[in-house]
Amino acid sequence: MIKRAHFRNPVLPYLLIFPQILVTVVFFFWPAGAALMQAFLISDAFGQKSRFVWFENFATVFSVPEYKVIFLRTLWFSLLVTLLSMGAGLLLAVLANRAFKLRKFFSTMIIWPYAVAPAIAGILWMFLFHPSYGAIGRHLHEAFDWNPTLNATHAMVLVVVASSWKQISYNFVFFLGALQSVPRSLIEAACIDGAGPARRFFVITLPLLSPTLFFLLVMNFVYAFFETFGVIHSTTEGGPGGATSTLVYKVYSDGFVGLDLGGSAAQSVVLMVITIALTFVQFRYAEKRVHYSGGR
Amino acid sequence: MVERTPFLDFLSYLLLTLGVAAVAFPIFYCVVAATLPLEDVLRMPMPLTPGGHLFENFGLALEKGHLSRQLWNSFLVAMGVALGKITISIISAYAIVYFPFRFRMPAFWMIFMTLMLPVEVRILPTYEVAANLFSPVAAILRLFHVEIELKLSLLNSYPGLILPLVASATATFLFRQFFLTVPEELCEAAKIDGAGPLQFFWKVLLPLSKTNIAALFVILFVTGWNQYLWPLLVTTESDMRMAVVGIQALIPKAEQAPQWNVAMAGALLVMLPPVLVVVLMQRWFVRGLIEHEK
Repeated sequence: MIKRAHFRNPVLPYLLIFPQILVTVVFFFWPAGAALMQAFLISDAFGQKSRFVWFENFATVFSVPEYKVIFLRTLWFSLLVTLLSMGAGLLLAVLANRAFKLRKFFSTMIIWPYAVAPAIAGILWMFLFHPSYGAIGRHLHEAFDWNPTLNATHAMVLVVVASSWKQISYNFVFFLGALQSVPRSLIEAACIDGAGPARRFFVITLPLLSPTLFFLLVMNFVYAFFETFGVIHSTTEGGPGGATSTLVYKVYSDGFVGLDLGGSAAQSVVLMVITIALTFVQFRYAEKRVHYSGGR
Repeated sequence: MVERTPFLDFLSYLLLTLGVAAVAFPIFYCVVAATLPLEDVLRMPMPLTPGGHLFENFGLALEKGHLSRQLWNSFLVAMGVALGKITISIISAYAIVYFPFRFRMPAFWMIFMTLMLPVEVRILPTYEVAANLFSPVAAILRLFHVEIELKLSLLNSYPGLILPLVASATATFLFRQFFLTVPEELCEAAKIDGAGPLQFFWKVLLPLSKTNIAALFVILFVTGWNQYLWPLLVTTESDMRMAVVGIQALIPKAEQAPQWNVAMAGALLVMLPPVLVVVLMQRWFVRGLIEHEK
């Protein structure tokens, strides 16, 4: 789209758009292209010569049973984080939306953990869950012999809780925004028709929230896939014994610790495909949303 | 008018207070631990009232590792990412919305595609470009059997930390959407008054974009400050580390003295700047977040 009233100039637009295009080509298109190339090559031990091997790298990646395990783990890890943080965010937003007088105060209190980095969230929870010094970990240690550095399940609980906690604020902001835009007249009409608070929530509010729910579902999945790297690296480093390693963590550890360039690149391409699929899902939703609000 | 529900109101206030307490507890616990001397942190249970050792612990945290230098690095990178991204995206959005030119649509789609892939997905090849900025040029020339020896490494440098994080299109889209809502009459009037494209941009469009810029700045500053994976890879010297990465050195390992009070003081220092930005600019932040993502 372009403005009806616009300017004509033979050089200026190119100059204006040049910095963005340059950065995009050098740090985006070139690397993404290189990852695609590398995914189809195998280089020798000295990294001097490489050979085109079609889908061998992908076959290798998928033939390792560990990769399937990590793939599935990433999926259910993301699902857990998404459900926990969205559930908590929605609950708090519904409650805050009822608290007319103190809404602003409560909102501030819930919003500011957004600014905490995932890696710092990891450290905070690592301390809380520390088996000998943590406020929560100590009791868990007495009850279940809790030790996230040795027990795979405990390590996973730590990573899931820290990742979800960090994301509650984000979901809260969107849910509260959506709740506040629910037309008051609809609520009042339902009230006149004799619907109680719970019924109003499920019959009116929740359906009107559905676009937000769907949008957040995608965004939380993307967060759990990519940004939780900081949580994992700062707390468990993928351990114990690789039990908390996710797809992104594996790209990192194979590529930078194990120096398996082809394998890491093939994994990157798999991740790219997943991300592009998620993006398309979201765009389809975006179109629907436009239609939705237009029909109202 | 909705019916009065005193019991339900009471219940929701109660639940809300509990919820807020649960969400804030990790930070509260961190703040308390940061104010205590070592023996109190290790006591069972740790006291939940602040002690008087905050500044001492801050001092220890800053001294250990290179945290004061790393906080400065984080500040520079967060500012660089925020201002750099705002600058290049506002001018490119201006070009796309206000000028007809031959490569307008291809350029638009090129920028559009970067929305799809976060830096985490392409870390390894991006790292190779950062290790030698001329590697793309060299690789292209090699196709024509020309070998060149040019090397410019961005590892352990501010441009290396900042530039790859600037390469995404979200901000461009925000400005494009906004410019499309600016009334046509403003540009027509400016043209009648004899204003050129740069004058129109500087005197009309930029002042109109102020709130958008502020909102975007908050989001970009916070995400820039909180970056983890890319800074972890591109810096190896502790002098060039960003604070969020460098703070890991303060976490007590199994064989070290469990100085969790110093670690928490460090964590507090690292999270304070972005938290302050969000709290002080909450209005713009909420707006920015909702517009940035949609």
